[in-house]
Amino acid sequence: MTLRMSRRTALLGGAGLATAAGGLATPAIAQRAPIRLGGLTTLEGPFATGGQDAYRCVQMELERINSTVGGRRIEFIRESSNAQADVALARARKLIEQDNVDIILGPLSGAEGIALRDYSRTLTGRTIVNGSSGAADTTLRNPSPNFFRFSTDGTQWMAGLGNHVFRNMNIREVAVAAGDYAFPYAQVFGFNIEYCRAGGRVQHYWAPLGTTDFSAQIAQINRSNAGAIVVVHGGTDGLAFMTQYAQSGGNKPLIAGSIMADQTMLSARGPHRRVMVGMISAGPIADVIDDPTWREFVERYRRRWLNEGGFQSPSIHGVNYTTNLYGILHALREVDGDLSNNQQAFQRALANARITAPTGAAVRLDHNRQAISDIFLNRIEERDGRAQVVAFARAQQINQTLGTPEAQFLALGAPSRDNPGCVPAAS
Amino acid sequence: MDLAATILLNGLTLAALYFIVASGFSLIFGLMRVVNMAHGSLYLIAGYVGYAVFEPLYDQDLWWAWYAGLGAGIAAAAVSGALMQKLLLGWMQGQELRQALVTIGVSIIAADQLLAFYGGTPRQFFAPDAIFGSTQVPLVGGYPTFRLVQIGIAVVVGVGLWLLLNRTKLGMMIRAGVDDREMLGACGVNVPLVGVAVFALGAALCGIGGIVGSTAQPLAMGQDGRFLLISLVVVIVGGMGSVTGTAVGAVLVGLAEQLGQALFPTYSVILTFVIMVAVLALRPQGILGRA
Repeated sequence: MTLRMSRRTALLGGAGLATAAGGLATPAIAQRAPIRLGGLTTLEGPFATGGQDAYRCVQMELERINSTVGGRRIEFIRESSNAQADVALARARKLIEQDNVDIILGPLSGAEGIALRDYSRTLTGRTIVNGSSGAADTTLRNPSPNFFRFSTDGTQWMAGLGNHVFRNMNIREVAVAAGDYAFPYAQVFGFNIEYCRAGGRVQHYWAPLGTTDFSAQIAQINRSNAGAIVVVHGGTDGLAFMTQYAQSGGNKPLIAGSIMADQTMLSARGPHRRVMVGMISAGPIADVIDDPTWREFVERYRRRWLNEGGFQSPSIHGVNYTTNLYGILHALREVDGDLSNNQQAFQRALANARITAPTGAAVRLDHNRQAISDIFLNRIEERDGRAQVVAFARAQQINQTLGTPEAQFLALGAPSRDNPGCVPAAS
Repeated sequence: MDLAATILLNGLTLAALYFIVASGFSLIFGLMRVVNMAHGSLYLIAGYVGYAVFEPLYDQDLWWAWYAGLGAGIAAAAVSGALMQKLLLGWMQGQELRQALVTIGVSIIAADQLLAFYGGTPRQFFAPDAIFGSTQVPLVGGYPTFRLVQIGIAVVVGVGLWLLLNRTKLGMMIRAGVDDREMLGACGVNVPLVGVAVFALGAALCGIGGIVGSTAQPLAMGQDGRFLLISLVVVIVGGMGSVTGTAVGAVLVGLAEQLGQALFPTYSVILTFVIMVAVLALRPQGILGRA
């Protein structure tokens, strides 16, 4: 009994010592505790391929810095949604409430971005930095102080395309086939602003996200007077549209939104590739950009991922996630990994960050914490025996209102299916 | 006029695909009283396994690549269906709710396993040269040949199923089982074995749908939920367990979807459900279902 008592005492004493030691060590550990970075992208649903590539690029960039920034390790926690706003919100909540992350990097698609922007407003001391979502209103109207976007939005991505189609391709009427949700609204808006102002006429064909049979719309378009088709679908929807357009024997010139002319589409096999060669598009990246930063990034990506299921060249989503990750890393370096005081210093550093995107484009944020950066005009060409998106023009430092004064741009109203931005020159 | 004809033809070809997939669902429900919530997963399994067989052969330009994919897909779906009945559902016979929940579980696991194994890249089969390209159809003009073949396949499946159910011994057992399982067992028929056969057959039909569907549309994650929902709607509209009813339901849903897409794209989904609501309100057992 005595022996047992003494053993218990010894144990208690030991535990006490351990606690004391732990107590002493605590401040030091807190200093070096890892920063918890939550990733949110779509590994399910129509943009699963893009989401997968987003994580490839993020992983590659974190490996490069050995997952350490400002003296602190970064713990990356992966979460996935299916491109639906409610699912993205639930997963973001899980990241914040259960995984206790400091920063969320994501989401991937338009409506998800708006949902997370609204969610970020309810948070204190946490920050959401966009992944690849590109709805204009995420930052343009009613922005949240906790939501930052270093990637350009869907409207910005179309800069220069409308004018090119009207002036250089000499096409006076187009059929716009687009998804019926926030991101395509923004893209169609960006195209129409230029195209209609120049005098072009537009007929719209909307289809909900997740549509896989477009044959009825394609039949209508093929019979219309449109001189070209502007396709603003993405993911499997885009693939289905292009395949069925090819099968229908369509031969109108194709113009495309930014997530259409992308490796996620070009690397899938099928008859759509035939009709996509020669297609014109605009966006924040291309496969071939004459810029050393980009060539180096592509080289690294190929070395790391080509044998592990990666694309020939990183996808738009991968590059957008990387750009936003660069913003986070830059700010963390500025504040030496200090996220105390409700992340105030960190958020200030984010807002003032000047970074270079993987494409070599300079990026800075406006007063709504939205990126101002370069946009490329692209053409799909057959190079080295495969289809590649080649940049042939570059618009420098495009802002969110495409150069229009903000008040005037806001007066046009929010992009929607009933407000696709077609304002004739007269007004 | 020609646009109306095109939409009609589109609706019918889509209905053909829906019929192939939903007939398997209806068959399984008819005999087993199992609402197989993993029916969409069988579609995906057939598609992905079929594609794994198809692609290397296609790369070698073998003309029978597509047919090999079709065979592999059907086999994979049939085996999965039989295993599901044998290992999971067989020993909870008659407990419909529990079986439905188990199949939901199976569908979630199957979808994630397929994603982990095959990745998220969408895939698509290329039909053999003989049925690729377009055919001249009166009033419509050039029309994708494969979509016409789709109707042919559906007709063959429908007639075959009807013959099987009404003209063979197995069909007789299945029909007897629908009415009275115990009496069938008492007559010396191995009812559990018939159950496995029916499950395999229903799954094989879904497998045909998986390959045919993935030739006409991309094969990707999420298609499982879509085809499960369509099967449910088609079977509810047409009447559970009736081949003709399934065909009627498929035609209604297919036409509604295409018509909706041409007239009011955003709300086209609603039209399908309006039909379902109307049927449930006026004739809850389905158009050709038995009360």
